[in-house]
Amino acid sequence: FYLTPPQVNSILKANEYSFKVPEFDGKNVSSVLGFDSNQLPANAPIEDRRSAATCLQTRGMLLGVFDGHAGCACAQAVSERLFYYIAVSLLPHETLLEIENAVESGRALLPILQWHKHPNDYFSKEASKLYFNSLRTYWQELIDLNSGETTDVKEALINAFKRLDNDISLEAQVGDPNSFLNYLVLRVAFSGATACVAHVDGVDLHVANTGDSRAMLGVQEEDGSWSAVNLSYDHNAQNEHEVERVKMEHPRSEEKSLVKQDRLLGLLMPFRAFGDVKFKWSIELQKRVVESGPDQLNDNEYTKFIPPNYHTPPYLTAEPEVIHHKLRPQDKFLVLATDGLWETMHRQDVARIVGEYLTGVHHQQPIAVGGYKVTLGQMHGLLTERRARISSVFEDQNAATHLIRHAVGNNEFGAVDHERLSKMLSLPEELARMYRDDITIIVVQFNSHVVGACQSEQ
Amino acid sequence: GAGMFLHLLSRVRRRPVRPPRWSAWMRCRRSAASTAEPHPIPLPAQAQVVICGGGITGTSVAYHLSKLGWKDIVLLEQGRLAAGTTRFCAGIVSAARPVAIELKMADYSNRLYEQLEQETGVTTGYMKTGSISLAQTQDRLISLKRIASSLNVMGIPCEIITPKQVAQLHPLINIHDLVGAMHVPGDALVSSPDVSLALATAASRNGVQIHERTSVSHVLVQKGRVTGVETDRGHISCQYFVNCAGQWAYELGLSGEEHVSIPVHACEHFYLLTYPLKEPLASSIPTIVDPDGRIYIRNWQGGILSGGFEKNPKPLFTEGRNQLEIQNLQEDWDHFEPLLSALLRRMPDLEALQIMQLVNCPETFTPDMRCIMGESPAVRGYFVLAGMNSAGISYGGGAGKYLAEWMVNGYPSENVWPLDLKRFGSLQSSRTFLRHRVMEVMPLICDLKVPRWDFQTGRQLRTSPLYDRLDAQGARWMEKHGFERVKYFVPPGKDLLDLDQSKTFYKPDWFDIVGSEVKCCKEAVCVIDMSSFTKFEISSTGDQALASLQYLFSNDLDVPVGHVVHTGMLNEQGGYENDCSIARLSKRSFFMISPTDQQVHCWSWLKNHLPSDSNLTMEDVTWKYTALNLIGPRAVDVLSELSYAPITPDHFPSLFCKEMSVGYANGIRVMSITHTGEPGFMLYIPIEYALHVYNEVMNMGQKYGIRNAGYYALRSLRIEKFFAFWGQDLDAFTTPMECGREFQVKLEKGMEFIGQEALLEQKQHGVYKRFTMFILEDHDTDMDLWPWWGEPIFRNGHYVGKTTSSAYSYTLERHVCLGFVQHFDEKTGEELVVTTDFINQGEYEIDIAGQRFQAKAKLYPFSSLFTQRRRKDEVELSGYQRE
Repeated sequence: FYLTPPQVNSILKANEYSFKVPEFDGKNVSSVLGFDSNQLPANAPIEDRRSAATCLQTRGMLLGVFDGHAGCACAQAVSERLFYYIAVSLLPHETLLEIENAVESGRALLPILQWHKHPNDYFSKEASKLYFNSLRTYWQELIDLNSGETTDVKEALINAFKRLDNDISLEAQVGDPNSFLNYLVLRVAFSGATACVAHVDGVDLHVANTGDSRAMLGVQEEDGSWSAVNLSYDHNAQNEHEVERVKMEHPRSEEKSLVKQDRLLGLLMPFRAFGDVKFKWSIELQKRVVESGPDQLNDNEYTKFIPPNYHTPPYLTAEPEVIHHKLRPQDKFLVLATDGLWETMHRQDVARIVGEYLTGVHHQQPIAVGGYKVTLGQMHGLLTERRARISSVFEDQNAATHLIRHAVGNNEFGAVDHERLSKMLSLPEELARMYRDDITIIVVQFNSHVVGACQSEQ
Repeated sequence: GAGMFLHLLSRVRRRPVRPPRWSAWMRCRRSAASTAEPHPIPLPAQAQVVICGGGITGTSVAYHLSKLGWKDIVLLEQGRLAAGTTRFCAGIVSAARPVAIELKMADYSNRLYEQLEQETGVTTGYMKTGSISLAQTQDRLISLKRIASSLNVMGIPCEIITPKQVAQLHPLINIHDLVGAMHVPGDALVSSPDVSLALATAASRNGVQIHERTSVSHVLVQKGRVTGVETDRGHISCQYFVNCAGQWAYELGLSGEEHVSIPVHACEHFYLLTYPLKEPLASSIPTIVDPDGRIYIRNWQGGILSGGFEKNPKPLFTEGRNQLEIQNLQEDWDHFEPLLSALLRRMPDLEALQIMQLVNCPETFTPDMRCIMGESPAVRGYFVLAGMNSAGISYGGGAGKYLAEWMVNGYPSENVWPLDLKRFGSLQSSRTFLRHRVMEVMPLICDLKVPRWDFQTGRQLRTSPLYDRLDAQGARWMEKHGFERVKYFVPPGKDLLDLDQSKTFYKPDWFDIVGSEVKCCKEAVCVIDMSSFTKFEISSTGDQALASLQYLFSNDLDVPVGHVVHTGMLNEQGGYENDCSIARLSKRSFFMISPTDQQVHCWSWLKNHLPSDSNLTMEDVTWKYTALNLIGPRAVDVLSELSYAPITPDHFPSLFCKEMSVGYANGIRVMSITHTGEPGFMLYIPIEYALHVYNEVMNMGQKYGIRNAGYYALRSLRIEKFFAFWGQDLDAFTTPMECGREFQVKLEKGMEFIGQEALLEQKQHGVYKRFTMFILEDHDTDMDLWPWWGEPIFRNGHYVGKTTSSAYSYTLERHVCLGFVQHFDEKTGEELVVTTDFINQGEYEIDIAGQRFQAKAKLYPFSSLFTQRRRKDEVELSGYQRE
C-alpha cells in the first residue's frame, strides 16, 4: 500500500489554516504578521484542538494549542471557552460594565473576540448558553471586585485558566436538566486537556502553559542561522521543579506513590491539566456524581476507576506558568505545538526548518569533499537527495504543514523521505497511535519592523 | 591562498618535470643570491606602454607588442602572473565559435600555442586532442553544421559525424540520445597558466619589463590622453595604457578622473577535477562539449575535468572587489548538481570515479557575449582587452595580436567592430544592468542561438515616447544599443508562439505578419518608429563646419541648404568608419543621422578628427528627436493633408529636408528619405510633439490605409533594394568602391578627404571584393533552412566569400542574401581583382548549414521591378542607375 505524493499532500493539508494580519494603508501595525496552523490526527477522532483570535476590546492576539486526553471533550470545551475568559480578565472595568448593561437590557453585545478558525474547528451550539452564563457570572464577579487597577496580563491569564477549570468542575457537579448537556459537562470534566496559550501585544509576548505542550521562539542569529528559545516549561515528570512542586503539595507519606513510571499517580503524563476531575475531586464527590450521572457515565470503567493511592486531592491543577518575553527584532516566529511534535523533533531542528521555510533560504550545510574519498556517483546521490529536500519546501504553503511533513517523514539524515511519509500516513487507525501522537502546530510570524519600531519607541 | 590549486596540481602530478613556478623562475633569472623575499626591482619612471594585468590577455598583448617592435613596455600584475582566472581556467582551445572574428582569433591562438613551447622553451602542456561538440536535437545539429560550414571554408578541418563515430572516438560516451556531432580534430588543450608564462617569458626576452605584486591605483589623463599610471609602488609616465585587468577591468576603468566604461561583470564558474580512471584516459582523448547538457569534459591527467554553464549563474563582485577574495570562493556542490547529472548522463561509467575537487573559478562576461577590445572613446591611448566570456584561452592569443596591431598600426588586420569597446557606451555600465545581463549571457553560451534571438534582460532602458502606444497595438520588441525597437506588430486576435517555441532555423511564425506590413509599405503607407538612430548636429560660426566635414566625408557636402546627402566617414584605407545621411540645415549647420550603435564610435571619430576649434560645436541630439518613417506611395498624401503644404516632387524632391508643421506641431524636420528605397518621408519630431504628430498621422492616414510596421519589414525592403547597412554589411574594411557606392564619393570635389588616396587607387586598379546581391533560386521558403548571415558563398564550386545579411523579399517571393565576393587564384590562393565580369560570369551557391542552394548574383537591384511602380524611387536609386 503506497500513497502518491499528491495523496500525501492532501492528507497533510486537510487541516491547514493560514491567517495574515490585514495591513492598513500598506502598513502592518501589528507585531504579528500572521500565523499558519495545522493538525495531523493519530487518534480517531483527534483529541488535539487549536484556537486563534484577535482581542477586539483590548489589544493583542491570542493563540493556543490544546492536547486532550481520555477523549476530546475537555480540549474542545477549553478551545471554545478559554480565550473568552482571558479576554474578559483583560477588560477594563468600564467595558465590563458596558457589556453587562447590554446583556441586561437585551442590546447587542460588544464583540470581544474575532476568531480565526479552520472550517473543521467547531463550537458546540448546545452548550453555548450554559457556557455564556458561566462566563457572565465571571465578569459580574469581576465588576463587583473592581480593583481599580489596570489589568496585568500575567495575572489575567492565570485567573482565566483557574476560573475556567473551576467552572468546568462546577458545571459537572451541578449538572444540567438537559440530558445531552448533562452528559456533555460530565464528559468535559472527566476528560482532560493541556493548554499552551500565547498572548501577543506589541513587543509583549506572554505564554501561559498548563501541561506538556510547548511554546518555542525562533531566533535568527546575526550570521543568519537559527536558534530556539523555550517560552514554556513542560509540566511532566521530566521537569524536576514540577515533580518537586507536586511533592511539596502532598504529605511525605505519599512521596513514593505520587510519581510512578513518570506519570502522576502512575496514570497521568501531564502534571497540570484542565478537567480530569478524577485527580481533583474527593473520592466521595466523584462517586456521588458518577452514581447520579447518566448511564453512559456509569458504564464507563475509566470514570468509575479511582486512581490508586488517592489520599489528598486535588493532585492536579490547571494553573498555568506564565512567561513574559519582550520581543526583539531577531525574534522571527513562535511555534506552539502539542507534544506530538516535540516527541519527534528537537527544538533546534524545528527552529531551523521553520526559519528556513519562512525566509525561503535553505541553509544546508555546504558539502565539502575535503580529504574524503567520494565518487561521482555517491556525490550525485547525495545532491539529488538534498535537492529533493529543498523542493519539499516549495510544496508547502504553510509553515505548520511543512513542519508536520518533517516530523512525520524525516529519515535519519533529517531529510523528508517520501516513502516513510507515505507509510506513516497510511497506517490503519488502530495502529497510528502506536507510531505517532496527534500533532497540532501554530507558527506565529512576527513583524521585525514593527517590533524594531516599538522597541526604539520604548 | 592562490597557490592552493597549484599545490593540488603538484600533489597528483605524475610527471615530475614541470616548469618551475613563475616567481621562482624570476628569482633565478634576476639574482641567484636572493633566497627569501625577493627585493622588488624598482619601477621605471617612464615607458611607452603600461599593461595592467598578468593573465593570458595581458601577457598576450605584451608578447605581440614586443613582436611588432615596441620594446618600451611595462607589464604590472597585482599578484602573481597568471594567478587570476587564467590560473584556474580549463585550458580548452577550440575554434568552434559561431562569430567569424572569434573563430579567427581562436584559430590563431591555437597555432600560436602550438609552437610556443619550441619558441620559448617553456612547457605549455599543448596537446592536440580535437574536440567533439554533441547535438541532442536536430536544431543543435543545424547550429553545429553552420559552424562547420564556416570552419571548412576557413581551412580548419571539421566534420559532422554520426553518434556511432562519436563512440569510436571516445569510448566513455553514452550516445543514445545524440543525433549527431561535430568533430574538430585540430582543437587543443593547454595548461593556461603555463601558456601565459611562456608568453611572458618571450615578451620578457624581447625587453618587456614585468613587475609582479604591483597594483595600478589609477590612470592619469591630461587633455583626453593617457599620461601615466599611479601604482602602489610609484608613478610611471606612459603614452599608452592597456587595461587587461579581467574581472577588475570595470573598476580600474572607473578609478581615474576620466571614467572609462568597460562593461564587464564576473560570475562564478565551477568545474570538477577527478582522480585518474582505473584505466587512465589517453592524453589524446578528444574534449567533449555537450551544449544541450551545458557541460564540457576534457582529459585531465588520466581523470577528467568537467565544468559547464548552468542556467542559474551566480554573479559576483557586483559591489566591487573587496567583498570576497577570489581565492576564498567556495565550492558549491548543490549548485553544481545539474551539471554533475549531465556529466553522469553523458558518461555513466564515471560513477565510480573519485572526486578530487570542485574548482570555483570566476569568469568575466560582457553584455553581448563577445569580448571587449580597443581604445576608449573618452581617453586616447587607453586601450582595453577584457571580458573573455570564459574563452580567454581560446581568444587570448588572437585578441592580443589584434590589440597590438591596433596600437602599433592604428587598426588591426581584421574587422573587429563586433569586439570594439565603442560598441558600448556608458549606458551599458550600470552595475544592475550588468549583473542582470551576465546572468543571461552565461547560460546563453550553451543555449541554442537561432536567427534573430534577442536578449531578455536589461530591456526597456531607452524607449521612444511612443513606446506604450505602440506596445498597446501589439508591438513586439527587439533591442539595439539599449533602445527598444519594434520588430513587427501582432494584429489583434492573432497569437504567436511562445518565445521558446518560436525559436527556429526555418520559416518563422511572423512570416505573414511582416508580409502584410511590407505589402502596406508598397501599396499604401506605414509608420515605423525609428527614434533609435544616432543624431548629431554640427555647426560653426563661420565656414569651419563645412570645411571640416568636407575633409571627413567622402561625398560633397557643399550642397544647397535643404539637401540631404548619403555619405560616410572613411579611414585612410577608404573603409567605412561610419555610414550616414547628412542634411544641410543652413550654411553653417548640419544634421547627421547614423546607425543606432554608432553613437559612441561615431562621436569619438568626429572628436578625434575635428579640429579643436571653439567656433565649431557638435551636439548629440539623439534623445531630442523622435523619428517616424512614413513609408509608402500614400505617405505624400498623409503629409500634405497634415501640413497644408504642397509636397509634390517639384516642391519636395527626393533627398530634401524641410522644417514644416505637422498638425499643430511646428518645426518638424521632414526629409524625403526612407532608408529603404521606397517613397516616403522621415519625420524628425521634437520629443514633446511625438505623441501629437503620431496621433495626427494615424488619424489622417486612416483613409489611406495606414498601419504600423516594424524593423523586419524595413529590413526586407532595404535588402531587396540592395541597401547596405553599416555594422551588418559595411565595416572599416569596406570601401564605397567595393559596395557599389562610387556615386556617393566625390573624388573631385576640389578638397582632400580622408581615404581619398585609397579610393583613387581602387578606382584605378580595381577592387578585391565586391558587394553582391544573391537571389536564392531553388530554395523552398516553407521547407528549407533560412539563410541568416555568415553563410559561405561558392562560385563555380569555389569558396569566394560570405553573406553579411539576408531577408525574404515579399516582392520577389525569394530569399535575398547580400554578401561579398572575392576572387582567389585557384592555384596560389592569392587575392585577385574582382571585376564585373567575374561576378556576372559565375554559377553561385549559398551554403546554409551544409546544404547548398543555387543563387543568382546581381550587382544592381531590380530597378525595373521597382521603379515602374513609382517614379519617386528613381531619385533615391538614381545613384545606382548612373552606372
